[in-house]
Amino acid sequence: MTTIHVEETPHLAYVLRLADSALINSHRLSEWCGHAPMLEEDLALANIALDLLGQARLLYEHAAALEGRGRSEDDLAYLRDAPQFKNLLITELPRGDFAFTIVRQTLLSAFFHPFWQLARGSSDRTLAAIAGKAEKEVAYHLRHAGAWLVRLGDGTEESRKRTVEALETLWPYTGELFEVDAVGEAMIEAGIAPDPASVRPVFEQTIDRLLAEAGLARPVAAWMQTGGLRGVHTEHLGHLLAVMQHLQRAYPGAVW
Amino acid sequence: MAEQPMPLWEVFIRSRTGLAHRHVGSVHAADAEMALQAARDTYTRRGEGLSIWVVPSAAITASDPAEKGPLFEPTASKIYRHPSFYEIPEEVGHM
Repeated sequence: MTTIHVEETPHLAYVLRLADSALINSHRLSEWCGHAPMLEEDLALANIALDLLGQARLLYEHAAALEGRGRSEDDLAYLRDAPQFKNLLITELPRGDFAFTIVRQTLLSAFFHPFWQLARGSSDRTLAAIAGKAEKEVAYHLRHAGAWLVRLGDGTEESRKRTVEALETLWPYTGELFEVDAVGEAMIEAGIAPDPASVRPVFEQTIDRLLAEAGLARPVAAWMQTGGLRGVHTEHLGHLLAVMQHLQRAYPGAVW
Repeated sequence: MAEQPMPLWEVFIRSRTGLAHRHVGSVHAADAEMALQAARDTYTRRGEGLSIWVVPSAAITASDPAEKGPLFEPTASKIYRHPSFYEIPEEVGHM
């Protein structure tokens, strides 16, 4: 099926960014299904993936309503190409090992928990309602991933080594969490989006507390990776979309 | 350090206020906090729970099945302990 073109107002673009990050993060987590190191963790990761998928669905539904052209959440998820996806780059990096997944989920949850807490006060009533649901879910994600981070960092030599590697790889992708472009500025101005600058102190406090407990140090990044907000992605997103979108592209409108 | 197998924990869930916690199964976890999370993710997926207990399986002292004779048979002859010898007045209705 042909790719759709979405005429993005700043408001629509902003909601799509949030939706894309939730969906891509969810997809990467779902890749653990049937492969996690133990049954209990298989369920835990699938649970988190489903929470994020639920958030993505609500956000796409909201985006479709803002666009007002009768499109569905599925159209937005399945019929856009990589450059149209505006997810944070950190969400699209390949699944990696368990330590990588845990570090990524900790970083994302440490950001999105205070983010959604603030977004409950959004002047966009739908976004505020989604934030109310997401905030509780992400509080648990943070608790779960954070507890693992502490145990992996403070665990065996092997688990510590892998956790340190994951942290070094992922840290340069955290700059994007706080990036504000013209769309972001307009949304903050309109009271629709929380200012990521007010999220940062909570994020840093959470990460520093967990790293201290895990006996790890916060990496020092000389530069930060950027591009997701402009649709400039790593080479990994195309492959992810090929798998995720294949069915709807090959069999348009397929249902089961 | 040699790798240790993950300890086993027994999971008890209270479904409603006023009811007792019921044994629902077990999970593997490295420690109590992770056991609680594993229990939450494994056994409360459909809104079953209001409260979770986890107990190290090793902390449970169990009766020996081979001793079921001396342990449980003596009660078989004490049928008067069953509440089946009382007539319930009709006005009471269903109990």
